[in-house]
Amino acid sequence: METVTITMKNAPALYLEADTISPDAFAGKSAAQIAELPVFEGNVPSTLGKYFDVKGNAGATAADTKIVVKGDAQKVKYIGFKMTAGEVVIEGPADQYVGAWMKGGKLTVKGDVGAFAATAMKGGEMVIEGNAGNYLGAAYRGDWRGMSGGRILVMGNAGSDIGMYMLGGEIVVNGDVDVHALTHAEGGKLTVKGNAKSKLGGQMVEGTIIVFGSIEVMMPGFKPNGEVELEVDGAKAKFAHFIGDMGERHKKKKGVVVYGNLYKKI
Amino acid sequence: MTKVITDVICPFCGTLCDDIEVTVSDDGKKLLEVANACVIGTEKFLHSQSSDRVMKPRLRQDDGSWKEISYEDAADYTAKLLAKAKKPLMYGWSSTNCEAQSVGNEIAEIAKACCDNTAAVCHGTTLIAVQDIGLPTCTLGEVKNRADRVIFWGCNPAHAHPRHMSRYSIFPRGFFTGKGQMSRKLVVVDPRCTDTAKMADMHLQVEQGRDYELLNALRIALKGEWLPDVVAGIPSEKIREAADTLKSGRFGIIFFGMGVTQSLSKNHNIDEAIALTKDLNEYTKYSIMPMRGHYNVTGSGEVFAWQFGFPYSVDLTRGFARYNPGDTSSIDLLARGEVDAMFTIGSDPGAHFPISAVKAIANVDSVCIDPHLTPTSGVSKLHVPVAFNGVECGGNCYRMDNVPIDCRKVVEPPQGMITDEAFLIMVRDRLKKLKGVA
Repeated sequence: METVTITMKNAPALYLEADTISPDAFAGKSAAQIAELPVFEGNVPSTLGKYFDVKGNAGATAADTKIVVKGDAQKVKYIGFKMTAGEVVIEGPADQYVGAWMKGGKLTVKGDVGAFAATAMKGGEMVIEGNAGNYLGAAYRGDWRGMSGGRILVMGNAGSDIGMYMLGGEIVVNGDVDVHALTHAEGGKLTVKGNAKSKLGGQMVEGTIIVFGSIEVMMPGFKPNGEVELEVDGAKAKFAHFIGDMGERHKKKKGVVVYGNLYKKI
Repeated sequence: MTKVITDVICPFCGTLCDDIEVTVSDDGKKLLEVANACVIGTEKFLHSQSSDRVMKPRLRQDDGSWKEISYEDAADYTAKLLAKAKKPLMYGWSSTNCEAQSVGNEIAEIAKACCDNTAAVCHGTTLIAVQDIGLPTCTLGEVKNRADRVIFWGCNPAHAHPRHMSRYSIFPRGFFTGKGQMSRKLVVVDPRCTDTAKMADMHLQVEQGRDYELLNALRIALKGEWLPDVVAGIPSEKIREAADTLKSGRFGIIFFGMGVTQSLSKNHNIDEAIALTKDLNEYTKYSIMPMRGHYNVTGSGEVFAWQFGFPYSVDLTRGFARYNPGDTSSIDLLARGEVDAMFTIGSDPGAHFPISAVKAIANVDSVCIDPHLTPTSGVSKLHVPVAFNGVECGGNCYRMDNVPIDCRKVVEPPQGMITDEAFLIMVRDRLKKLKGVA
């Protein structure tokens, strides 16, 4: 695998829309060609090379390409946009839409990310070592098809509206989550190792939520359904089981109504 | 002698009352009296006659003082500011007519700007929810003639839309509601005991920020499912009673306001309220309607939607329309430092935005087009006073139920003052030359 290292040299005055920082856009290009890729600062078209110092040539395909983003990328949007393979490592924080519409490959962020990371993600793996913003793994505005595959690990906390309209895949948050996790979900799985706030699983049709900490206010739509023992990450524990959202529509599969499942550690 | 002009439209709130009577002087230059309007509407008409009105565009000088300039110079300044900016924000639009909004959209497209209306701090969340799950709605005429269950959720029309209740929702005697108030049951959901709540047959005093849970509980009660003993501070028996009241009517309407659109859960509150409306339609006929604030904020959404495809928070910087509140919405753009010029028309972000966003307005190049002196005109570099739309010029406006109504001109503007639309056309033509657009 070939590695391309891009280092911020001229930070933008406003914000930079760099949807070309992805293994797919870099594949088959030399460092000089990569520096010519288009980016936007507001309504002004520019090139990647104006803002970043580019070192190293990309591999022949996206799968053979690794991108390392160094320097201050706090005002850079769309890193890893629509990536299908390869690897991206952001060594500090990044702004909105990190890995949005990602289909494959691996994306690692060593700092925090802004809102809309992994929007409508279809596959691949995302690791956020800091905190994630709002709308992590959610559907794009107005779309009813959210994250449908792949895996996201957040080592810090996550914001509100994560996994909205989720259809599949998995989100693991080691810290706490804000309100409205997995609203409208019709599949997928969310594990919260810390605490959850209110509106958890509101309007959920299907899917699974596992909470290890506390839930500030439980949705009235989740009905107690006894206790179960679950094995998470190799450790067994007892969980209170709830089904819901009882106010929402639910499908029947093989004659049985399917609900969303919420497990809270006892 | 004086003249009385009847059937005048009131340019204050989204109720857009159309029965105002205005007395003007014989030469049509002075507005003397206003009848039928509420106290706020009356003030809006009379304010055009105030003696301290700013009559000429003013440019802020280095020492902080204002210098009067001509409309031509003001249009030059505005066009240059928009041509230079990398990401200008054009905000407001809700207190001007659709004709001016349309010219504004042309400018935004040439300048590759972000454009947004006051829905961003108002019913924008409603528009998100509508896009997510749709909107079963009706006109205010249907409410007047049919509604026998009226729900006010998180709104206080007694103060914010003073004539709404007498014209449409509670008191009028309609075709199927011949007994007026007697034929309607009023349910108010509000954490406070407002003047609207005091009139209610049932007041659900919801815990603040728990509207989403209560809406959810009502949906569960309709389905007859299990409920916790208390939801959002309200006992489950009361919730089941409320659900029975709602579904026992022949025609119900849910009106909602800022109490749900801008409190915790925002668009999700509306999403759940629309879902409740949908559920209630399994038993009887139900509609839901936002209580829109500015008299033409609905029109601004309409004009944005038919020209750009989205009702607010549109980003045109890349040459095509994008929409994602949170990224393209005004407060986020300002507070995050994403814009380098601010153009305000027909609204007052200085009074309604968080202070971090207002500071951002003060730190960039800015123009404010507004007949009034406002906190926004105070922090802007250029203030362009214009004729009062709906008083000194006519134009198309949309009522809160999306019914277009033409406003009327009742009095001449002061000598030399021009309208929003005329000033915007001057800016557009200058901007076209600067950008080399044919």
